[in-house]
Amino acid sequence: MNASHDYDLECTGVSKNFGRLRAVDEVSFKIPSGSFFSILGPSGCGKTTLMRMIAGFEDPTAGDVKIKGTSVLNTPPNKRNVKMVFQHLALFPMMNVYENIAYGLRCNGAGKAEIEQKVKRVLERIALPDVGEREIHQLSGGQKQRIAIARCMVLDPDVLLLDEPLGALDLKLREAMKIELKLLQHQFNTTFVYITHDQSEALVMSDNVAVMNHGKFEQIGSPQQLYHNPASAFVAGFVGDANRWKGRVLEAAGGGIRVETAAGLGLVGTAGSGQSPQTGDTVEVFVRPEFIRTGKGGAAPAANHNHLEGVVDSLLFNGANSRVLVRTGSGELIEADVTLTGGADDVQPGETVILTWSPDQALCFAARADR
Amino acid sequence: MMKNGNNWAFLIGYRVYVLAFFIFLAAPLVSAGTFAFNDSLFPALPWQGFTLNWFFNDTEPQLGMFHDRRLLRGLYYSFIIACAVAALSVAAGTCNAFLFVRREFPAKNFFYIVMIVPLVIPGVILGISILVLASTVANGLEDRYGIELEFLRPGILLVVLGQFSFVTTITSLVIIARLKKFDAAMEEAALNLGASRARVLTTITLPFLRPAMIAGGIVAFLVSFENFNTTLFLVGSEAPLTITMFDRMAKVGSTPVLNAVSFFLMVGSGLLALLSILVQRDKSGG
Amino acid sequence: MSQSDIKRLSLILLFMPFALWILLLIVLPHIGMGVLALREKVAPRVYEFGFGNFIEFLQEPIYWNTLLRTGSMSLLVTALALLAGFPIAYYIAKVAGWRTRGALFLLCLVPLWVSDLIRAFGWILLLRETGVVSSMLQTIGLLNAPVELLYNDVTVVIGLVYTVILFMIVPLVSTLDGMDDAMIEAGYNLGGNGWTVLRRIIIPYAMPGIVSGCIIVFMLTAGSYLTPILLGGKNSSWFTETIYEQFITRYNWESGAAFGFLLLAFTSFVVWLGLKLSRQTLAGTIARS
Repeated sequence: MNASHDYDLECTGVSKNFGRLRAVDEVSFKIPSGSFFSILGPSGCGKTTLMRMIAGFEDPTAGDVKIKGTSVLNTPPNKRNVKMVFQHLALFPMMNVYENIAYGLRCNGAGKAEIEQKVKRVLERIALPDVGEREIHQLSGGQKQRIAIARCMVLDPDVLLLDEPLGALDLKLREAMKIELKLLQHQFNTTFVYITHDQSEALVMSDNVAVMNHGKFEQIGSPQQLYHNPASAFVAGFVGDANRWKGRVLEAAGGGIRVETAAGLGLVGTAGSGQSPQTGDTVEVFVRPEFIRTGKGGAAPAANHNHLEGVVDSLLFNGANSRVLVRTGSGELIEADVTLTGGADDVQPGETVILTWSPDQALCFAARADR
Repeated sequence: MMKNGNNWAFLIGYRVYVLAFFIFLAAPLVSAGTFAFNDSLFPALPWQGFTLNWFFNDTEPQLGMFHDRRLLRGLYYSFIIACAVAALSVAAGTCNAFLFVRREFPAKNFFYIVMIVPLVIPGVILGISILVLASTVANGLEDRYGIELEFLRPGILLVVLGQFSFVTTITSLVIIARLKKFDAAMEEAALNLGASRARVLTTITLPFLRPAMIAGGIVAFLVSFENFNTTLFLVGSEAPLTITMFDRMAKVGSTPVLNAVSFFLMVGSGLLALLSILVQRDKSGG
Repeated sequence: MSQSDIKRLSLILLFMPFALWILLLIVLPHIGMGVLALREKVAPRVYEFGFGNFIEFLQEPIYWNTLLRTGSMSLLVTALALLAGFPIAYYIAKVAGWRTRGALFLLCLVPLWVSDLIRAFGWILLLRETGVVSSMLQTIGLLNAPVELLYNDVTVVIGLVYTVILFMIVPLVSTLDGMDDAMIEAGYNLGGNGWTVLRRIIIPYAMPGIVSGCIIVFMLTAGSYLTPILLGGKNSSWFTETIYEQFITRYNWESGAAFGFLLLAFTSFVVWLGLKLSRQTLAGTIARS
């Protein structure tokens, strides 16, 4: 047994050019068997092209794609054991549910009894045992989703690719489907590769996430790693919410970095991973709203913490995820998470508040030229 | 919109006009159909009583259409020609749809306009131009090599080709419209599920196009069946129904048997047209 | 064979039916017709290359008068079809309720599939001397003697409008159907009256449908044969009849081809002029309907 069999899918140096445009640029990654892997990136970052290369609809300009340790570059798309759930599902409207699921089995030349048994079993596994005779247009959005997955899973693929399948659903259903997809992945124990531009989908469902931008992978890691230890300014800004300032380094000594923003706001931060900013460099500072404490004065903050005075500009009430927008003396708006209980202690617009956060939570990255 | 007395009167007037228009539309059809049931030797008033003789009677002078040899032969030729035109034009139209929807090639817009042009060329011109070319080729071969090619002389083949030349534009437009609605991801999905290219075509793409192909075929059949202008110049000894009817109308003088044929054709084409609409309105109509 | 070779081969295969169709049934026949039109008959079985057939056309006023008459009457028929058809199309697309709309549209379509021949036959039965209208008028006492309503220009024009009006209404309905009612309401809302809304909003929006309907109607009218012959009689002087006469009766194919060529050139010129004046294109109008 080859060691690379531990990986269901392996890409090495995969690139794709469309004319002069480089859609995918030297992407390499390995996905361990049975895990949920997401590729997260803004639209146009090349993630769909990457997925289409894995499925065989596009040929890479350079690099290699291996499935279960074997290169599939010369395998046509209909012979690869990689199945795909399409963005708009692409269920066949001229066939009923049973025929949709049986389609792949028929193509493989399976016998009638085998098809019947396998379709029945997969319908049970997705908890829709009685829909076989229904027409596609009679299904709800969530049911269509599950049928599209069943249509692939009945073929027992090595890897299941999902191309933003939740995009067309409304918000509530999307939340429910996130959990369901994760459960389905556990149940089938197949490697899922999930493409999305929605960071919450990627963070909730995945074991590992790759963040993609301009055809390149910026970082691969667990959701927590991406969130707390972003490897680049792009990841820090794209994954989760953050206050972002651009500023100049006044002093870079030890772990602490003193930065002054263009508007004159002074901050102390920490170098992001792999960063070593020098005095005089231009950097971007990211602080997540949930790490900023909003106080009404009184208790003195820890000595080395950032602390700022500002006036509450507005309250953004959203239950447990409520926020305040605070305008600082230098005129910048800062977002901070607050707990609003509905009592008299809640901050009110117009009130003066003190914002404090630890320098460890203010990550500095060299400012990118392209923004 | 504004509801005042003036507008109300206008709306009534408008409705009356629309009603009058539909009476205008129906009048000649009704008169052509109704006299088929008049028990008279002439398709004219007064009404002599109801009869089905003009359909089923087998003796002169009230020889019914189903016993009139020449009319039946015309009907038979029309049917053969219409079937051939429908089959050929749907096949060519399907190829054209794939060509213009799926492929990119130089001067595509120009060729698209070229595809539409046969529809706006007067049918008479199509008829004579094809007649001229076929006869020129046939005469040339006969004079030079002594080969006589009968099929290049006016006859069923030339009629079929003449009608095909403009009916194909219609079927192409119908099938192109349907193929444009097709989600190409469906073909990729089928490929992804393990189907070969040929299987994708026969199990996914063609079934999706089927309503448009059937509707296009019906339209082609009807247009061919009722065509006169192009056929007139290309017809040989096997005269289709419209030509036979025209000859009777112009030369012999009309009897209600022509009304019977008219009635039969109106009912037949009405039913076919309805069928084509029903087919296009199927569940996968997107 | 590489992937791109297969692609090119399949493109060529897919192009073949189209190329054969256009080349063999449209382009070559028209070239053949053009060549034939340029052959002059100088003696029996002796031909010379030249413009004799066209010169003959110009020297014989009856020929070019017929062409001009055909052209002007076709334009008249087109205008009348537009005037009479637009309110009907507007009623179907915008005024009628959901249910009546479908039914009315179907009613419009059904006569579309009935042969010209039958429709003209119906008119003959209604309008001739012994026809329905004449007998009815006598019965109710408006006339003392039978009246012949066939074989005059008014009847020919009405018959032609009848034959082609559906080809005007169908594209108009599909264009007007795509128009958002809110546009009309906005027009009124911004202070327009019925006339300005029609002129400034509805007609400009419907222009592609109008042009496409007019082109089809004009071509069909100018190329029609049955209706003028049957309703206008043998002396209706329609140009297609002249062509038929040259071809079939006189067996003078050379001048028949020349006349066919002239009809095609004339109608194409009118359509081209119409497109230029209305600033539309062929692909943007006909192809959409």
